[in-house]
Amino acid sequence: MPFIPHTEEDVAEMLASIGAKSTEDLFDEIPKELVSGELTGVPAGLSELEITRLMMERANKDGFYQNYIGAGAYEHHIPAAVWQITTRGEFYSSYTPYQAEASQGTLQLLYEYQSMMASLTGMDVSNASMYDGATALAEAALMAVRSHKTSRKILIPKTVHPIYRQVVRAIVSNQKIEVVELPFDSKTGQADLAAISKSDYGDFAALVIPQPNFFGVLEQVDELTDWAHSKNAFAIGVVNPTALAMLTPPGEWGSKGADIAVGEGQPLGIPLSSGGPYFGFMACKNDLVRQMPGRIIGRTTDLDGKEGFVLTLQAREQHIRRSKATSNICTNQGLMVTAATIYMSLTGPEGLRRIAAQSHANTLELVEQLEKIGGVKRTFSTPAFHETVLTMPKSSADVLAKLKQKGILGGFDLNAHYPELGNAVLVCVTETKTTADLRDYAAALKQALA
Amino acid sequence: MLIFEHSRKGRRNYSQSPATPASKSAIPQNLLRKSKVLLPEVSEMDTVRHYTRLSQKNFSIDTEFYPLGSCTMKYNPRACNSLAMLPQFISRHPSAPEDTGQGFLACMYELQEILKAVTGMAGVSLTPMAGAQGELIGVMMIRAYHESRGDFARTEIIVPDAAHGTNPATAVMCGFKVVEIATDKDGNVDLDALKAAVGPQTAGLMLTNPSTLGVFEKNVAEMSRVVHEAGGLLYYDGANLNAVLGKVKPGDMGFDVIHINLHKTFSTPHGGGGPGSAPVGVAERLLPFMPIPIVTKEGDKYRWVTEKDKPQTIGRLSAHMGNAGVLLRAYIYVRLLGLQGMHRISEFATLNANYLMAELRKAGFEIAYPNRRASHEFIVTMKDIKDKTGVTAMNLAKRLLDKGYHAPTTYFPLLVPECLLIEPAETESKETLDAFVVSMKEILQEIESQPDMVKGAPHTMSVRKLDDVKAARELDLVWKPSA
Repeated sequence: MPFIPHTEEDVAEMLASIGAKSTEDLFDEIPKELVSGELTGVPAGLSELEITRLMMERANKDGFYQNYIGAGAYEHHIPAAVWQITTRGEFYSSYTPYQAEASQGTLQLLYEYQSMMASLTGMDVSNASMYDGATALAEAALMAVRSHKTSRKILIPKTVHPIYRQVVRAIVSNQKIEVVELPFDSKTGQADLAAISKSDYGDFAALVIPQPNFFGVLEQVDELTDWAHSKNAFAIGVVNPTALAMLTPPGEWGSKGADIAVGEGQPLGIPLSSGGPYFGFMACKNDLVRQMPGRIIGRTTDLDGKEGFVLTLQAREQHIRRSKATSNICTNQGLMVTAATIYMSLTGPEGLRRIAAQSHANTLELVEQLEKIGGVKRTFSTPAFHETVLTMPKSSADVLAKLKQKGILGGFDLNAHYPELGNAVLVCVTETKTTADLRDYAAALKQALA
Repeated sequence: MLIFEHSRKGRRNYSQSPATPASKSAIPQNLLRKSKVLLPEVSEMDTVRHYTRLSQKNFSIDTEFYPLGSCTMKYNPRACNSLAMLPQFISRHPSAPEDTGQGFLACMYELQEILKAVTGMAGVSLTPMAGAQGELIGVMMIRAYHESRGDFARTEIIVPDAAHGTNPATAVMCGFKVVEIATDKDGNVDLDALKAAVGPQTAGLMLTNPSTLGVFEKNVAEMSRVVHEAGGLLYYDGANLNAVLGKVKPGDMGFDVIHINLHKTFSTPHGGGGPGSAPVGVAERLLPFMPIPIVTKEGDKYRWVTEKDKPQTIGRLSAHMGNAGVLLRAYIYVRLLGLQGMHRISEFATLNANYLMAELRKAGFEIAYPNRRASHEFIVTMKDIKDKTGVTAMNLAKRLLDKGYHAPTTYFPLLVPECLLIEPAETESKETLDAFVVSMKEILQEIESQPDMVKGAPHTMSVRKLDDVKAARELDLVWKPSA
């Protein structure tokens, strides 16, 4: 039997020890009328050889494409060592590090991860991860409301990832928290600071500030942060971790810095994998640490005074506080964080900066080439990081379908989420693309529009 | 030594990031980072050695037996990992068009169908990224159901006192008031307490069955009737599904909504604390409220179900479709096991648990519910031992580390004093269980002869007992370079 080591002799001896006649006897406390009998709808088992052939067949069906879609998940080169080390059995098959003395590997790694993320975001502290970027933002909103005391309102510009906004709404609405969406400037693609600062939103708990925003556009983060603080509200940054190697981190925005920083950790060594598993990161200022959800690792000493690591501030968590916990989160994305920590060690500060800079430069290069094609225009005037919105002279769906026939996934069609932008496509270029790739894209687009 | 302490200014890996700094930039000066990023400056070999050494300080299923109650630590087959990491799968962008992912979507669709079949539910969504998120989504559906009927009076969720901490935490996160009900002396939910608790204010009951006490809830059919008659819905926490897979279906027990921990029953890796994955299953009446996306099949084509198909959906709870790579691993596992294997899981998990319970009882340990069958787990209580010797369940747990075993779950469930919740998954052999019993007996003797040594355990790990109080009082959460 697959993955069951028992011999017939073992079974007989075990039953004798228990004093049962058969394994069926062991289920005699289950009321008869509930026993389901033979399952239907489950296929017969496959051998490893057979499942390998099946999965290869399905993988080959999906094949490979030149990918220019970003929109929250980004293709970067992942050094070979990242997943070779991450999938070592001692990381891959270990449990949550509740038994600290038998989990020092995972715990130290998580402490190193927290240190790296705190520095990258310019914050004081980081937790050990959330499920993904979208749920990290929802948890940040809950955290801000818990800390704010007087308001249960969150302001989110429409330049924040549309699915993140949906997830935030789905989660926080359970706790009667109001989400107000803020307009963006159709010329710059930025949150409309002029309109926002003139409006009266009443008392609110937090303003969410994306950098770069969903359009790839760089926001006026200093002004937005200071405006939120002037209204006695928290500033929550939603940031791309690769970009942080180049851009001012949330902890340094405006005169006081943002209060909470969250985002999608996937760009740090996690493959695209149809959307997961990824991990969300969350960092904050010292005074908010006790309101932070999720696991946090602390450095301490053992009986001999030797350095070691433990899960700490557990009094915030569900297994201790039950209904009074800061969140119901239990499991996080430990293995993904393992990969991200190894990735950041391998890139180092200079490598990560170069990856960011090359992604940005490649995006500029592609946009420049595409703008030479008649009718293709940048939708927004403001500088972007590694994603840019382009307005196509023809139906964006048709253009993308034609590119797909050439083996190119040309970008993310904004039509469903932002119909007001017309035939707009969000195009992302990372360091993975060569000059020749960019030329191929430009040639294919020219043909598609001809 | 921390990775940062291996760092040397100017050292870097030349092959893994662009060789020359990019020349073009359009980023305005005022947005450029001025502060340093404190990532280590180390070579690839430094990194590989450092993290390989760290891994060696961990216990793992690949190296040790984990008799860890309520966690179902079974072997993670290697093929599940290698096939889920085929380059076409891992390079697929989540927003790539459906026609470029038919192979992947076929796997997801079939996984949904198999999970429906083994749980007896009418629909399955693969979106939730962990057990606690599965719970959140399940309770959100319960809420959506009542509200869709204009019934806004249902403000309470009933939770047995033996439940996982995530249950009450989830109910509160969904805006409900939690009503705790007691457990009787045999480990069943107190039926009278349940009857007294239900009413027009009851939104639902969250139940784990077999319960966290390691026994099958005998009155589940009656409980289901009581809750349904009061107008509430039943939530099944699938934490212990491994104990009854192929024997009883949650759908047949009357549950309206369930979550299934794939990282337990379907052998996806625990990864040192995630990623988990916890698909939710629903009965007919909750189908309209399921979270999206879901995969559907039309003719021979697969596509995503979206808001357009399910206008009453509770919405999206992840940026894409949950932990897709974990779902692939679970799919490969269920295909390897097949129909026969599905039945065998609970049989051998239960055989292992009852055998280990019998052997430990013979060795002199006190079983918390001696007159009950073990499900796939059981509880040993150390209360008498503690009263006589001062040695606690935690001391014994730590001493087990020295013997090369991960500790059982300690101090959970909270109802049983000085408890050890022990779950030997079906992938463990009789020899492993026998050797574990030998070590447990040795510790019993050590408790007699040298209790202080046991209290000081562990002695052979990379660190000795760590100071939790200091960790919480003198917070050190982030490394900083010495000035």
